[in-house]
Amino acid sequence: MSSLLIKDLRKSYGGVEVLKNINLEAESGEFVALVGPSGCGKSTLLSMIAGLESVTSGEIRIEDRLVNDEAPKDRDIAMVFQSYALYPTMTVRENMSFGMESRRIPKAEQAETIARVAALLQIEPLLNRKPSQLSGGQRQRVAMGRALVRDPKLILFDEPLSNLDAKLRIEMRTEIKKLHQSVGKTTVYVTHDQIEAMTLASRIAVMYKGVLQQYDTPKTIYEQPVNKFVAGFMGSPNMNFLSATIGESDGARGVVLDGGDGAVLPLPEGRAGGLRPGQKVIFGVRPEHFSAPQEQRAERRGERSVIVSAMVDLIEPTGSETILMTRIAGQTAVVSCEPDDAPAEGAVIGLAVDMNKVCLFDPATELRL
Amino acid sequence: MAEAAHIEFNPLATGSRRRQLTSKTIIYLCLTGFALMYLLPVVIIFLNTLRPLDAIVREGFIAWPESVTFSHWAEAWGSFCIGGTCEGVSRFYQNSLMMAVPATILSTAIGLVNGYILSKWRFKGANFIFGVVTLGVFLPAQMTLLPWAFVLGNLGLSNTISGLVLIHTIQGLSFTTLFCRNYFINIPDDLIKAARIDGAGFWRIFRRIILPLSPPILIVTVIWQFTGIWNEFLFGTVFTSGANQPITSAIVAFSGSGTGERHYNVEAAAVLMSAIPPLIIYLVGGKYFVRGLTQGAVK
Ligand SMILES: Nc1ncnc2c1ncn2[C@@H]1O[C@H](COP(=O)(O)OP(=O)(O)OP(=O)(O)O)[C@@H](O)[C@H]1O
Ligand SMILES: [Mg+2]
Repeated sequence: MSSLLIKDLRKSYGGVEVLKNINLEAESGEFVALVGPSGCGKSTLLSMIAGLESVTSGEIRIEDRLVNDEAPKDRDIAMVFQSYALYPTMTVRENMSFGMESRRIPKAEQAETIARVAALLQIEPLLNRKPSQLSGGQRQRVAMGRALVRDPKLILFDEPLSNLDAKLRIEMRTEIKKLHQSVGKTTVYVTHDQIEAMTLASRIAVMYKGVLQQYDTPKTIYEQPVNKFVAGFMGSPNMNFLSATIGESDGARGVVLDGGDGAVLPLPEGRAGGLRPGQKVIFGVRPEHFSAPQEQRAERRGERSVIVSAMVDLIEPTGSETILMTRIAGQTAVVSCEPDDAPAEGAVIGLAVDMNKVCLFDPATELRL
Repeated sequence: MAEAAHIEFNPLATGSRRRQLTSKTIIYLCLTGFALMYLLPVVIIFLNTLRPLDAIVREGFIAWPESVTFSHWAEAWGSFCIGGTCEGVSRFYQNSLMMAVPATILSTAIGLVNGYILSKWRFKGANFIFGVVTLGVFLPAQMTLLPWAFVLGNLGLSNTISGLVLIHTIQGLSFTTLFCRNYFINIPDDLIKAARIDGAGFWRIFRRIILPLSPPILIVTVIWQFTGIWNEFLFGTVFTSGANQPITSAIVAFSGSGTGERHYNVEAAAVLMSAIPPLIIYLVGGKYFVRGLTQGAVK
């Protein structure tokens, strides 16, 4: 049974359509991440699931029950807001009990539930404080506690970590993951941080301009993005997009980089189907799929790589890896490499491209070929 | 939202000692001058309440009292004859309280709910309605006299305190709605959303979330309404007479009418007495009044 089912969902404000035909379903206990750039409609979709925004057309089902017209309180959901939205005049304990009071749960049971959740989140010492007396991370925890005391069918998160500093964000990310593993609630998690989505989610929904681009496991989204937008959005640094043409050498199809020496970079078996020589393509390579030729990285896995020559313009050490700004066939490309293996600025180097990992896109439709 | 200690910006704290000293002197001289200008009339009136009538007639208003008596205060409160009754201003005092207290409570309460709806439960046309309501702030009271005469006449509330309560409640709504709406608009919508998901309805959110955040604006509206209604004169004079007048109209009636001699000292005491309730309210809540008017956010 799917815990959440969204069918042909649309939303317009006046004449402006902000969500177009969204289809999504989540299994019970699943962790779904909604990602996309600012303004793509993530929060709107979440608000519609919560019942805070009306549905223009389509269906939302929670555990098979159609909830389109149900009030938020009848949907059996809990939500954690980006601003935490803790009630400022209430103590942490009152914040957590407010929802249970509204539902007329007996006092004894309330106290028991709060004690259990507070222990789970390690916020027992904070129960008598007001939200203004808490740090950002503590507020975050309390906000999650408030969601958990209700034992909802569905937990919704709207960018819960974006108000925290970088270090705390990573800590809380791990905590959310642990928490999800221990309580096992179906979760929909909105974020614009693709790393958060990759680390937390069992499935990722990538949205752009109100359209659901792809809904799949993190691995599939990363390795087989449906289009150029998804490929560029997921992964950091971004995937490189080089314009190229399909060519042929010795009967095998390959890619010829525009502006280069005309060498054909042969595609692996089975990848060339449907490609015509002379066809324009976008050649997509992630920065980590370039490597030093002597490493033989692809070959050790029994795959093939080809060597291209790159001119190193700039070097950006980040500590764990070094980012090279290079030009390949006159087109800019970002390459990541081991800090110890970094070449000097201005050097011309050979780079092995892992051909099994590259993506080809149609320049007109931007779909993956 | 870190709780940093709030440090007032002090532009006079920099520069040479000499500059600091001269600028401070100038500022305090100006302030003292203005304070004297405002306070002097009050002092003169107060001194007159202590002087016997013949001394006032002989020496004029502005003079230091030779002999001091508080008897005029008692007379003004309990036994002076105004408009045929000899009960002093006490009964009109009562009238004013009976008018100002309920009208303040009612207009503030309705203003809170109005503001809550217009900021947090917005509906189509909410902005238009808000615009129309605030138009009332700029409408001169004289323009509403005729309609009110018609309404009070039809409701049988002419020359009653209840009639004045009705007028002041409704006339005050423009202000209270404006104040409350502009205050509530700064309360984050996420709080309301969270409460709705938590199962709270319209009134529960109002009671448990909005009201606990409201003391600053509550103080502002209560002070504003109470002083405004207490000091109001036009409606009281037009719609009530005799024993039903609020104190403002009564004082004018007893100083303006009558052919006999004027009891300046008793009148002065009555005037000062009538100024006491708004003064008390302001002294108690004035600090919060200024703060509430300037502070927007709840953060
Ligand atoms: N009440 C509204 N009236 C009109 N347009 C709206 C309204 N609310 C949102 N929109 C529009 O809907 C689109 C989606 O907004 P939404 O808040 O869902 O974006 P988002 O993906 O959550 O972005 P962010 O990452 O910045 O939070 C935006 O273009 C926004 O301008
Ligand atoms: Mg958003």
